[in-house]
Parts: sequence; C-alpha cells; structure tokens
Amino acid sequence: MQVQSMHFKQTASTKLNDAVLQKALKKSKSKFVDGRALGVAEVDNWEDIRTYAAALRDRVIDNLDAYLIEFERNAIRRGAQVHWAETAEEANAIVLGIAQKNAVKTITKSKSMVTEEIALNGTLIGAGIRVMETDLGEYILQLADEAPSHIVAPAVHKSKEQVAELFMNAHHKPRLTDIPSMTREAREQLRSHFLGADMGISGANFIVAETGTTLTVTNEGNADLVTTLPRIHCVVTGIEKVIPTMEDFATLIRLLPRSAIGQSIVNYLTLTTGVKAPDESDGPEQMHIVLVDAGRTKLVGSDMKDMLRCIRCGACMNHCPVYQNVGGHAYGWVYPGPMGSVLTPTYVGIENAGDLPNAATFCGECQVVCPVKIPLPDLMRKWRERQFDMKLRPFGERAAISLWGFFVQRPRLYALATRIGARVASMMGGEQKLIHSLPGIDGWTQGRDMPAPAGETFRELYAAKSAAKQVAR
Amino acid sequence: MSARENILARIRGQTGKSGATSEGELAAVHAHIARHLRGPLPSFAMHDPQEHFVKECGRLSTTLTEVADLADVPREVARYIAAQSLQPRCVGWQEFSTLDWQSAGIQFDNRATKPDDMIGLTGCFCAIGETGTLLLLGASARPKTTALLPETHICIVKKSRIVPTMEDAFALMRNEIGEPPRATFFVSGPSRTADIEQTIVIGAHGPYRVHVILVP
Repeated sequence: MQVQSMHFKQTASTKLNDAVLQKALKKSKSKFVDGRALGVAEVDNWEDIRTYAAALRDRVIDNLDAYLIEFERNAIRRGAQVHWAETAEEANAIVLGIAQKNAVKTITKSKSMVTEEIALNGTLIGAGIRVMETDLGEYILQLADEAPSHIVAPAVHKSKEQVAELFMNAHHKPRLTDIPSMTREAREQLRSHFLGADMGISGANFIVAETGTTLTVTNEGNADLVTTLPRIHCVVTGIEKVIPTMEDFATLIRLLPRSAIGQSIVNYLTLTTGVKAPDESDGPEQMHIVLVDAGRTKLVGSDMKDMLRCIRCGACMNHCPVYQNVGGHAYGWVYPGPMGSVLTPTYVGIENAGDLPNAATFCGECQVVCPVKIPLPDLMRKWRERQFDMKLRPFGERAAISLWGFFVQRPRLYALATRIGARVASMMGGEQKLIHSLPGIDGWTQGRDMPAPAGETFRELYAAKSAAKQVAR
Repeated sequence: MSARENILARIRGQTGKSGATSEGELAAVHAHIARHLRGPLPSFAMHDPQEHFVKECGRLSTTLTEVADLADVPREVARYIAAQSLQPRCVGWQEFSTLDWQSAGIQFDNRATKPDDMIGLTGCFCAIGETGTLLLLGASARPKTTALLPETHICIVKKSRIVPTMEDAFALMRNEIGEPPRATFFVSGPSRTADIEQTIVIGAHGPYRVHVILVP
C-alpha cells in the first residue's frame, strides 16, 4: 500500500469535516468501547490472563528463530509448503509464482492485513488474475477501490447509503435500503466466486509451532470457505504470529474477540493443517504458507520489541481520542491508531511517517486496553525522540524543545523563567483572564482562548503555603 | 543465502545470539511445548459445562433441544424442519445414515454437500461449555462443508462430550486422535457480520441457523 502518512495533518483536517465519517465514527465508538467494557467485565481474572498472554508472546519473540523452525518442520511434515519472504516484493513474487505455476485464474481471499501491507491484490490483478475479497467489509472496499480504515472493521467509515450505491452499480440490481438485504445480496454474489475459485488466500491470526497449524478467526465463515473449497490454499502471514501450543491459542482467544468487539468468542475458529487426504471430498490439494518479514526482524530484540506481541484486536485505536475523531485513513497506511503509529515508522521508515508518533494525546488508554500490555505511549515516545534526534521535526519545534531542555536542566533558572512567564501571561490575560492569541503557537488559539495563569507559579504557591503552616505551628 | 537463512540470521543477530539455532535451543522449545501449559481460567469456565453450554448457545443464537435417545433424532429434525418451513431433505455425515429417517419423512443423503443443499447434519467431536462452541474435526466421512455451505446446520451433540474449556477440548483431541486433522473447526452459532454500520446481521457466508440436538 502506498504510504500517505506524511500528510497526516492535512488529511486529519479533511476527515474532521467529513460528515459521513464523523457519524460513522461516533456510532462505532460506542459499539467498540461499550462492547469491550461489557465483554471484559465478564472475566473476573482479566488482568491475570493479560499478564500470562503477554509473557507467552514474549517467550516466543525472544526465541523466534527456534519457534519458526519448529513451526516450519511440523507444517512441512503435515504436507504444507513453507516459503520465506524478506520483503513485500518477495512475498508478492512467491504468491504470484504459486498462482502462475498452477494456472490459477481466480482467487478468493479472506481478510488479511499482511496482504494489505504488501499490496498483494495489485500484483495478482496486474498479472491478469481475478481476485475477490470475501469478507463483507473488504468486499465493499474492493468495489469502492479504497483501503481499509480499521484492522477489524475495514469498512467502518462507510454508511449504508454508500454501500447501497456501490452494490446497485456493481450487482446491477435495484437499490437496497436495509442492511440484512445488502448482506444477503453480497452472500449470493460471492457464493459463485467461492465455489469457482482456483486458489484461496487467507491470513493467519496465529500459527501454531506444535502442529504446523495456521489459524484464522472470523464471524462470517468466509475464511472457512476460502480455505476449504479451492484446490490451493495459500496463507500469507507475518513471522511474529507464531505461538507454541493450542493451549496458548485458548488463552489468546479469551482476550482477542472481547478486546475487539466484546464478543466472548467469534463464530468460526478455523484451524488448517496441511492438505486433504485422497479420500476426502473437500479441502485443498496444496497448502502454501508464506512467512513474511517486511520489517518485523527490525523490532526483534530492539527497544520496541514489545510491539511484536500485538494480536491485532484494534482496541488501541477504538479507544484512542485521535482515532475516534479522524478515522483510520488519516494515518495514511495499513495500520491506524496507536499500534499503527508505532508500526508504520518501523515498516516504512520514520522519514515517511511524518506526524504519526505525535498523533496521540498520550492519555494512555491504548496501553490500558491492550490485551497483551504493549506500552504504546512509551513506544510512540521513543519514535518522537528518534525524530528529534534525526532532525525530522520542524526547526521551530526542535528549537522550542531544545530551549525548554536548557531551562529544565537548570532548576534556578527554570524557577526564574517560569516566574516571569506566569506574570507576563497573567498580564496578557487582562480583565477577562483569557489570552486570545499566543505568539508562535497561534494555531492553538485560533479556535479557543487560553485561560491566563493566576500570576504565581506552583512553586511559589507551595512555598507560601509551607511557610504559612510553619507560622501556624 | 536464502530468504529463510537471512531472516533467521537477522533474528539471531537482533537477539544477540551467535551462529545457527542450536539443537539445545530447539530441544528447549520441544520441552516447553510438551508441557502444554494452561493459562489462567475465568471462574465461569469452571461452571457445570452442560448447563453453561445451554446458556451460551442462547447468547450465540444457537437453538437447542434435547432428545432421550439417538433414535429420536430424525423425529426432532422433522419437527425442526417443519417449524422452520424448510424442505424435508438434508445432507449429513455417514455415521447418522443408519437412523430411521424414512419414518420421520425426511430424505437423508450421505454424500458431499452441493451448493444447493439447504440443510446439513453433522455430529461434533466435542462441545465447549465455556463458550457454547462446537468442535468439528474434518475427515473423509465427516466433510466440513456439510456444516458450512447449507443455510441450516443441525449438529448432534452427545451430552457426555461437553467439556468445560477449549483447553479440555484440545486435551481430548490429543488423547483420542493425536494431532489436529487438516480441517479443525470451532463453530459458535450461526455466521454473522457487522461490517455495514456495525449492525449485527445473522447469516453472512456460513449458515443462517445452527440447531443443536443434545443426545445422551
């Protein structure tokens, strides 16, 4: 996917004025946030499970090479072919190669963020292969020629009127008005594609080292059809998705759907291991697993390795006040919200990620709701520091921070400067005690006044109070 | 060097380990896996599994009835089909073909599912009380598509095969079968989507209805 993250500020402004998007975001916010709260409240030892899950993910990430080798060994033993891709281009070439070698003309896909990352559809379609997205949200976006704006609910930014319009034009049928009819029409449209496809491509929520199993989580059942009906099944997934055992999956699945939407379980947990037996009536004859690096090894062992624990539930974005107001497209790449603000600079380069590490209020809610306890604000702060050190921030901002740094390291000077500053700001506030315009940061005062400080600093007030107490004694 | 070697070498380098992954490290991974450690369970997972299963099925929109004997299944299927105004015809797993479908007035076919089949009848390997989930293990006599393509999925569940948690289901699978078969498939209610305006609609790509018949 083309990186547009450097335009975050501009896009965010546009998105704030997009009435359809704002309505959609308001609606989804209540569903995601309230839904999760209810789902989590049912689990009396939620914190214990989070702690256990974070540790189990860490164990794998710290020994990733050994777990990948074990996964590969078992997958091959069960009849799958395992491929490794260092880059997006390599991954695309591998999948295209499999398709061309087997004279594949049509492909059905179930939702996969890694294939969005590597822009697989473009490669396949460019080679003359018909690719159908089958997750309802992804299908809508394929018709609209848009990228997902959320990792769990890709079409969350679309209104039902917009979907009705897309379906009417694509299906050549009368315009529908209610959501169940639209869902049924999509089902009917996609059925023939499911049945006729030569190859199915899925992602994987997890891959299990113990058995060589790949695992997909859906509510719609599309991943089941995609992995069962075509003669070839190809899994494209990131190298960090490996977990040791089925028991570990049982732990993680207690966290994932509850964190994502508050469901106790998703409708379909699809475990696929190897190829069909000769006497089986369904299942693929070939199974290919493409293990994609594309930036992930940069995180291994680094000060940002915690990010590799991520299980892609979307809770961090659902609870982020910035995401809640600008939506996913503003972030300009595959992964929006706080997890995206950490991953995008890693995968596409900090020089292309612009304002993302700053697209946060640092309220800390993302870390609170993360099912695997990723310290997202800390990781974003690390990117801010790096941006500063690499001189990637505007001169004015860097100068201001350097100046502040100078004072803050000299406590007496700092006390003097804040004393002067507080008095000047107090005078600027006048009778109304409101500052209408701040030189240098007038963007902030364009839409609101800044309340003027009282004139004394905290330290002065503290000292005065302590002195008063002494006298009273 | 191949992509595989490069990726593994980068991981080694980043974690400060030298050389290739050692036999000792792989043995440690095997040993860890072999312990099959279980994570902490929420207290509701310890409830009576059969009771909890019934409750959770309700939350998932899975309908449920109980019969006194496996031989009563065809009659119950006929009742359900009539109540749903469906055609009295279903495709099902081989193990149920010996039941007396004829006297219940149902045409039962044991064959691979076709796209226009409306009702699929399966059993399950076991069921999970904690979440109201059915575990189906695909095999030549138990094709997964029977549970997937038709709009209605009827599943016969032995009450004694309802285990408390998913961990228990995996343990049972390990004991009785060994490794997971190619198609290992957990079903929790009819398929659904909320992709348009986050409005939940039952019936996406999988079945619209899941009906469980509990048997002794």
